[in-house]
Amino acid sequence: MSYVGKRVKRTEDPRLIQGLGHYVDDIKLPDTLYVAFLRSMYAHARITSIDTSEAAHAPGVVAVYTGKDVASKIGPVPCAAALPDLKVPDYRVLATDHVVFVGQPIAAVVATDRYAARDAIDLIMVDYEELPAVVDVEEAAKGGPLVYEEYGDNIAYKLTSGEGDIEAAMQQADRIVKQRMVHQRLAPIAMEPRGVLARYLPGEQELTIWSSTQIPHLLRTQLALMIGIPENKLRVITPEVGGGFGSKLNVYAEEALLGWISMQLGKPVKWIETRRENIQATIHGRGQVGEIEVGVKNDGTITGLRYNVYADLGAYHQLLTPAIPTLTGLMLSGAYKIPAIQMNVTGVFTNKMATDAYRGAGRPEATYVVERIMDVVAAELGMDPVEVRRKNFPAPSEFPFKTATGLFYDSGNYEAALTRALEMSDYANLREEQRKARDEGRLIGIGVSSYVEICALGPSQAMPAGGWESATVRIEPTGKVTVLTGASPHGQGQETSFAQIVADQLGVALEDVTVIHGDTSIVQYGIGTFGSRATAVGGTAVYYAVEKLKEKASKIAAHMLGADAAGIVFKEGKFSKQAARAASAAAEVPQPDVPVGQAPAGALPEPEPEGKQISIQEIALAAHIAREIPPGMEPGLSATHFFEPTNFTFPFGTHIVAVEVDRETGEIKFLRYVAVDDCGKVINPLLVDGQVHGGIVQSIGQAMYEEVVYDEQGQLVTGTLMDYAVPKAAMIPQMETDRTETPTPVNPMGVKGVGEAGTIGATPAIVNAIVDALAPLGVRHLDMPIKPENVWRIINAQA
Amino acid sequence: MKKAITVNVNGTAHHDEVEPRMLLVHYIRDVLGLTGTHVGCETSICGACTVLVDGQSVKSCTMFAIQADGASITTIEGLAANGELHPVQEGFWEQHGLQCGYCTPGMIMAATQILNRNPNPSEEEIRHGLEGNLCRCTGYQHIVEAVQYAARKMSGQAAD
Repeated sequence: MSYVGKRVKRTEDPRLIQGLGHYVDDIKLPDTLYVAFLRSMYAHARITSIDTSEAAHAPGVVAVYTGKDVASKIGPVPCAAALPDLKVPDYRVLATDHVVFVGQPIAAVVATDRYAARDAIDLIMVDYEELPAVVDVEEAAKGGPLVYEEYGDNIAYKLTSGEGDIEAAMQQADRIVKQRMVHQRLAPIAMEPRGVLARYLPGEQELTIWSSTQIPHLLRTQLALMIGIPENKLRVITPEVGGGFGSKLNVYAEEALLGWISMQLGKPVKWIETRRENIQATIHGRGQVGEIEVGVKNDGTITGLRYNVYADLGAYHQLLTPAIPTLTGLMLSGAYKIPAIQMNVTGVFTNKMATDAYRGAGRPEATYVVERIMDVVAAELGMDPVEVRRKNFPAPSEFPFKTATGLFYDSGNYEAALTRALEMSDYANLREEQRKARDEGRLIGIGVSSYVEICALGPSQAMPAGGWESATVRIEPTGKVTVLTGASPHGQGQETSFAQIVADQLGVALEDVTVIHGDTSIVQYGIGTFGSRATAVGGTAVYYAVEKLKEKASKIAAHMLGADAAGIVFKEGKFSKQAARAASAAAEVPQPDVPVGQAPAGALPEPEPEGKQISIQEIALAAHIAREIPPGMEPGLSATHFFEPTNFTFPFGTHIVAVEVDRETGEIKFLRYVAVDDCGKVINPLLVDGQVHGGIVQSIGQAMYEEVVYDEQGQLVTGTLMDYAVPKAAMIPQMETDRTETPTPVNPMGVKGVGEAGTIGATPAIVNAIVDALAPLGVRHLDMPIKPENVWRIINAQA
Repeated sequence: MKKAITVNVNGTAHHDEVEPRMLLVHYIRDVLGLTGTHVGCETSICGACTVLVDGQSVKSCTMFAIQADGASITTIEGLAANGELHPVQEGFWEQHGLQCGYCTPGMIMAATQILNRNPNPSEEEIRHGLEGNLCRCTGYQHIVEAVQYAARKMSGQAAD
């Protein structure tokens, strides 16, 4: 039986489709108290007084805490990004005298039920002295009101990155092509808002925190430091997590506060974020305004690329806020050979919620400006956008390919993915249809995007806090297999895909494998799920742990069968002696690392079993009874591996989109959506399709609908899902997907990662298509989200 | 001042006294302990809280529990019968119609109503019928396929 590569249905699903899973708010503990937060109604203000006396005496209220109560008890919200000369504001879990964005927590009310807690919030009296707010990132960079007076400006940091002689590269060009582009702020909108349940047991002095997070272990470490509890007395559990998209790759004020409050009261306390709080005070993504500039030869060859950009960081740093634009800098070479690249980024404070990692995290911004400027170049040179891209692709033989951003792309065949997408979309015919439609006065556009993304984050040297991942695999005495992964899946399906890997390696049934994650008291330290790393890094840790376990099992088998370890064959879950001829050959030639389900090139014919067979599950029982194991061997059958990758992985692909714009209404209708993605070897194609679809639709959201809007005073205008437009089913085209498969040499299974491909590859393809549709009207670029109103205005300005 | 209500949920009659302002979703989740019905917004946009009230799909975050007095309610926990998944549940499993699973109960209840009203909906009708339910993970394509699977199964055709 082989599972890897098959469309295996998810083992997670039976509980979820019956409403039997447990998200944080589904966990009910006796005597739980509920917490509600008073949040700043101003973007920028001084707090002159807070009066909580009325709230404290309201029915059901147990306690009220303000910034003064916790300032000396709970450490600041941490930022793990280290950049030269970075200004790091001291951001406290509750504000004391200065608020810097709408939604900043000021006070916490604890009450016997959630209605009472919410009622009491309205009884807290806060006197504010409103200060001028700075909202626009460029205004904030160039002057404007100061978020922090003590800094003297709003510049958190300035950084220049890239390699090659950019001035010379620009001089070699026949022309310079420039375009200002805005990457608007987005809200991640995981369908489950954040939530925390904290329970302190005064007798045991143990604190358990259930949190909707992507990083249970990192959260445990940070919370232990923030609230001063020994890390080994703190347990973090992530039950079902209803989506993250980077928004739960963080350490939030509320998580620390809930833990601390439970320790004060000796009772469980729960806070469940409302959607309004979620859009106010859960991290936003993107938020870059910049100018992209390329030097280009008349034949379309790019000689150099420069990106000068302001990054809208918001009012303070969450875990990775300032680091996100550095990922943009890494990916500015896109899918192309560009000899010189320079990014000049200015990280800017504004009176808004912090930006941080949202699905793609800095890479969509890079891919967008690169793929948009390629189309602008094509338009200026009168070339087909496909030809400009081809002109600049590295050939498959040039991998590992070194970029002028300091990366080594592991493997790639960009032409193959492009060609497949051209075939699927019948590109030549699409262009012909477009020509005919234009003759009739219709506005049809075709957009292409050939992207590369950086996945499997990442080697520890390149990461703020460890880039490895861990796994423990053990076979219990009854033969059931337990996998503990340090990854923290929250919808990606690794309970299934990791079981597929393990079941194949051990030759056991999928049903016999259980994957456990997200409990720091059960699972060895891990890093978590983000950066499309869970399968490529976490899955690889699982793979190596199983290999270690098999090695031990093999020695036990040899002992039980009375053979040399080298003379043992493992096939379909059973150990036996090798047939004589194969045994002698195997002893002479070392076996290379073999990816799952693959025979190595030039491998020996597979050794044949001979005589008595012992299943690996029987070995597990023997290993625990421990009477038939080799003398001196440790009992039990368990192995742990911490996998440190040597490089990132670089998936790639081409998306092709066709749209038609309605001249009367400005509405944009999808005619085709074709996506060819190459994420290396695929463990479960069903899950890969799901990841691609979901990412593309988030891109459609960014390209056409979504935008976090603050007004000039810093009030959040898009504070609910009535104003923040998440795409609905009827807004979405049928997506046609396919794959090419270029394995990575970075890990033995050849897997690259696919979690963010959609949000990276799709956005520019959609915008390119819309701009192409409007090209006859003289449009060269449009900023997102491109709404019917904007398009209608353009059409009518012409008329 | 609490009010007495009688509500039949998934075939079981419940008599409770509730505050008039208690939302139906909180009654279902916190009083009855049926936590499969989720809350994803407070503005009746996302549909994670969708249940059937007297056969009609309702967003239970925008209805008071006392408004359900005398009603018959089906939640996600009541959809499978005699240990067998409802065809819509089966469709979501077979077609990978869910990832994080948070929108799923509401999505399944909404899809059930679509098929109750129209046993053979077109793709467009399915997408239109699901407009009151947001999913951030799947991009909807596998959800549409899940509903199509259920439609085939419920009409006695081979579902695969």
